[in-house]
Amino acid sequence: MSSTLSPKSNVSFESEKVSEGSSSGFLGEFVQETLALTRRLFIQLQRRPSTLIAGVIQPLIWLILFGALFQNAPKGLFGNDTNYGQFLAAGVIVFTAFSGALNAGLPVMFDREFGFLNRLLVAPLASRYSIVFASAIFIITLSAVQTIAIIATSAFLGAGLPDILGLSVIATIILLLVLGVTALSLGLAFALPGHIELIAVIFVTNLPLLFASTALAPLSFMPKWLQFISSLNPLSFAIEPIRYLYLHSDWSLGSVVMQAPWGNVSLGGTLLVLLLLDVAAFLSIQPLLRRRFA
Amino acid sequence: MAPAVIIQNLQKSYGNTKAVKDVSFQVEPGEIFGLLGPNGAGKTTTIRCLCTLAMPDAGKIEVSGISVINNPKQARQRIGYVAQEVALDKILTGRELLQLQAALYHLPGKFGKERIDAMIDTLGLQEYADQKSGTYSGGIRKRLDLAAGLLHKPDLLVLDEPTVGLDIESRVVMWDILRQLRDAGTTVLLTSHYLEEVDALADRVAIIDQGVVIASGTPSQLKDRVGGDRVTLRIREFSPMEEAEKAKDMLKSLPFVQEVIINNAQGNSLNLVVTPQNDALIVIQQALQAAGLPTFGIAQSRPSLDDVYLAATGKTLMDAELAAVSSRDLKAEKKQSMK
Repeated sequence: MSSTLSPKSNVSFESEKVSEGSSSGFLGEFVQETLALTRRLFIQLQRRPSTLIAGVIQPLIWLILFGALFQNAPKGLFGNDTNYGQFLAAGVIVFTAFSGALNAGLPVMFDREFGFLNRLLVAPLASRYSIVFASAIFIITLSAVQTIAIIATSAFLGAGLPDILGLSVIATIILLLVLGVTALSLGLAFALPGHIELIAVIFVTNLPLLFASTALAPLSFMPKWLQFISSLNPLSFAIEPIRYLYLHSDWSLGSVVMQAPWGNVSLGGTLLVLLLLDVAAFLSIQPLLRRRFA
Repeated sequence: MAPAVIIQNLQKSYGNTKAVKDVSFQVEPGEIFGLLGPNGAGKTTTIRCLCTLAMPDAGKIEVSGISVINNPKQARQRIGYVAQEVALDKILTGRELLQLQAALYHLPGKFGKERIDAMIDTLGLQEYADQKSGTYSGGIRKRLDLAAGLLHKPDLLVLDEPTVGLDIESRVVMWDILRQLRDAGTTVLLTSHYLEEVDALADRVAIIDQGVVIASGTPSQLKDRVGGDRVTLRIREFSPMEEAEKAKDMLKSLPFVQEVIINNAQGNSLNLVVTPQNDALIVIQQALQAAGLPTFGIAQSRPSLDDVYLAATGKTLMDAELAAVSSRDLKAEKKQSMK
């Protein structure tokens, strides 16, 4: 506000006050603040689209390179008359959505470090879950774009295409996974001291969870101890049903999608587990959101 | 009408550091209240507790009679907070930031839009509002931040070091804006380590040092309490030490002179504390003349807030500032501010 600018000398600051508490109630307020926070994320994306572009290209590279790596694996190795491309699609879809959600906390952490988060914390938000929901809506949209790109590319590479109902189950699975992981990542962004620590956590979580899941190889390939870990890994609970939908046109909620060493899991069972994980994630971050940064 | 702010026996520690030991003050509606103290005195921590960013360890905080601790949401609705460091999203335009801010305070759509236009207009941001805030200069950034703080028409505007890092002209503009706000009925609470700022702006002041309020009142009351006028005397532009000593001894014997200090940093000029009387300067000059000493410059003034601070703590604000800067752990403070 140097010489270039001096405000009108006799500005009038009206003295009448905003009426107390708007009439819209909790839900109206919550929707208003959530949409505004979501809008910010989309404006950022629109002006800095590189993350989206990279986010779409990366899984496609996965598909093509990983697919090529195991192209000559004997047919049948990954299940009856399945080629690796068909097998891999489910793993790449889930892993891509998972990685995106796991990184959801980073922008919030940077907001914290730059003091922007204080702007939200001093505001009379209906609930700080609006911060979580805004991030979740944003990540879900990104994941949807990525998932569509992966499904289309896989179809092109010969993995086939589940029917509409199957696709909507896939969408539900991705939705459940992203919601829970986004919530946990945001919880970490509120709890950890800084972005270095958050990146460290993301780093030690991301790839190990991938390798200890059924994304790249079926349970039957693994040594017993890894089978146990893999079949308890939430990622497997998202990958296996999607894979089943890819490989079977006749399916129901009762179809057994994972034969874990400790028992069989049905399609409905995986959905239920993912839902419970979401509930647990949202409940567990509540104290972090509520606590004042004291 | 309830006081705009009541803070009573506030305490707040970070780890082993007692940032605020015992702070109490009260801000009346419609006044500008200044919280003055050196860096590290506990001003920002007090403000963070008031603005619901930090939970106090003990004490009472009320805004317009609402307990900040028990009813944070209602309190937040009434407070506009302008932090020391301007936090903007550099990829958003000023208008987009204000739109976000309007939604965070749940202003209804049309009213929010009117308020945004009004604030852009009032703070002279028209030509900047639709540019990304990453392109703004420091002064414009601060003004946008102020617009955001005022958007929801808060009863109480809280500013932490509002003019740190601003050029002189921007500072004067900021002062003008704050005075206009006060005149329009908004209560303003600001912290500052600039004496002139608090002296020029504040209707009432609390001086805070090492987490404790050491004096409070109107600037005038505080100065009266310290008592005496200040006389700055230069025998020559740069006086030799012997001459300064000689003058000091001589002046000390005058009945109305309470204290004489030689200021080495200012060319051995003499700082006197005198009992106010009209002919003090004339008497001093005559005494110097009689002793065969010249007078290069002489000026009388009322005590400043720095003298108030000096009387209460035994050090000047500038000294405290320098000490605070050298003992500061910036990393730890950054961490603290993120908590």
